[in-house]
Amino acid sequence: MVWTDYLLALPITLLTLFALGILLIDLMLPREMKWANAVTAMIGVLFSAAGVYKIQMWMGASPGSFGLMRTMLVDRFAIYFWYLFLAGTAVAILMSVRYLETEHENHGEYYSLMLLSVAGMMCMAAGFDIVLIFIGLELMAISTYVLVGFLRRDRRSNEAALKYLLLGAFSSGIFAYGLSLLYGLTGSTNLAVIQQELARHILHSEYKPVAVVALLTTITGLLFKIAAIPFHQWAPDAYEGAPTSITGFMSVAVKAAGWAMLLRILVIGLMPMRPIWVPLLVFVSIATMTGANFAALTQTNTKRLLAYSSIAHVGYMLLGLIAGTATQLSADGIKGILIYLLVYTFMNLGAFAVITSLRHRNVVGDELDDLNGLYSRAPVEAVLMLVFMLSLAGIPPLAGFYGKYFIFLSLIESGHYVLASLGVLYSVFGLYYYLKIANAMFMGQVEKGEEKLPVSLTMRAALGVTALATLYIGILPNRFIELVNWALGIAQNPSIAKLTH
Amino acid sequence: MDAMLHISTLHYLVLGAALFLLGVIGVLTRRNVVIVLMSIELILNAVNLNLVAFSRYWQGIHGPSALHGQVFAIFVITDAAAEAAVGLGILIAFFRNKETVNVDEVNLLKW
Repeated sequence: MVWTDYLLALPITLLTLFALGILLIDLMLPREMKWANAVTAMIGVLFSAAGVYKIQMWMGASPGSFGLMRTMLVDRFAIYFWYLFLAGTAVAILMSVRYLETEHENHGEYYSLMLLSVAGMMCMAAGFDIVLIFIGLELMAISTYVLVGFLRRDRRSNEAALKYLLLGAFSSGIFAYGLSLLYGLTGSTNLAVIQQELARHILHSEYKPVAVVALLTTITGLLFKIAAIPFHQWAPDAYEGAPTSITGFMSVAVKAAGWAMLLRILVIGLMPMRPIWVPLLVFVSIATMTGANFAALTQTNTKRLLAYSSIAHVGYMLLGLIAGTATQLSADGIKGILIYLLVYTFMNLGAFAVITSLRHRNVVGDELDDLNGLYSRAPVEAVLMLVFMLSLAGIPPLAGFYGKYFIFLSLIESGHYVLASLGVLYSVFGLYYYLKIANAMFMGQVEKGEEKLPVSLTMRAALGVTALATLYIGILPNRFIELVNWALGIAQNPSIAKLTH
Repeated sequence: MDAMLHISTLHYLVLGAALFLLGVIGVLTRRNVVIVLMSIELILNAVNLNLVAFSRYWQGIHGPSALHGQVFAIFVITDAAAEAAVGLGILIAFFRNKETVNVDEVNLLKW
């Protein structure tokens, strides 16, 4: 190993050390001091972010550098995702402190597993070798299975963990089978070599059917992880049964990691097969938007409704990969996906933070009825929830608008008018169930408990950060669009520059 | 000799594909969670078989140091062990509350 390897792996190493440290410190903490685990985890996240910042400064203007025998490529894309995971995790930790106390499950393992799963996500986003990507994926997934089942006395949590584990492990197996075929075809586990070999001769030889099988199995695994229809069945169950703070964490950080992996593999490794995977994604994307939006209509559980909403968002994001010509990706489409993931992180975590804050004493707070009359009991939270809902629906000038804007723009630029209009149609359609939540909060009658809801300090911080980010990105998007341009290393597109200045 | 090597790789691949399909069928049709977990192990073993067979094939072309596939297989074995441990742990937690290991009785959460 050379010294740059240590530097490039620094954020991951720090997270792992803190995760192990929490396990040790937890043994020495008395029951009423368990909040200290959250503090340690937070410090770990901050140290790791400092590590990422150090790499960013060290890289300067260079587009990226390889580490660990070329298995890891730390470029701006990876750094962008690393910051995104750490931000999502920090907010999820803030949401967890009071929630775990209420559930009487305040154990150190919770934060430890959270940090380990972020270490896995970082490997996925920076991985340039299918072995490292697979290890990162499994580290993240196995930690998340346990976190979903963390309320071990709650049957719904057990059941969610079991379903998530069975389907998750199944999809990982299929994914690994695809990776083994890719290795067999190309003789290398490196994404760049896989791309070269596929383009050079595999796709013109008698092995093309094997390459197609490899593509199908790999893409099945990828679509499973981001929960696109028809591979979405685990998502509503896992989201509903998991502790609400973990639902928030899963719906943003785990999903962003899945996207980072999907982009790395499809855009680098399997790029020569773009003419084959685009029609597949068109089908999956339309099925996802249609299925998720219709399923969301009938939900009575807020967490489940938001699970279907997050599946629908995956459908819109997939459109960004379809945009472009048969062999060329649209830069705006990828940019749209990255912006979408950024704004989605904040608005979705915000929505789950509001639901988490409803959990106190006898009220679980995740049924739609529990939101009835929230405005009279907790006006600030009700207004924030309205902001998050409108942002999820994509109403300007909130952050959610810009995610959709760039994706639809990229579709129109590349002439996919039908898909663009379908996307817009479903976005409008989605407004119905988001406003159903708003309707319950502002028009519904209070049923349980007239008293004002207490909100902990950490929860206020979580709500504040997410709400500020949602409003700030919505009103002044320039900075964030520049950030994404930096991450992708592209110059400002004139048509977008016009919009934002 | 080269033709022999090629044919034997193909044999391994057919066996791997058969194991993979058996695993997939097992996951989709069996009710008992333990058997579903075993079927998932079958899929992962199909992956290992593929990786090692391919590794042997590429060693014949790139020389004896082309070991990517075998290294990958060791990681997959470790991953399968971790998955089984967590899977059985979650299954025990589930069994304590519900007294069943059948997937069709995992029915609290739907639609």
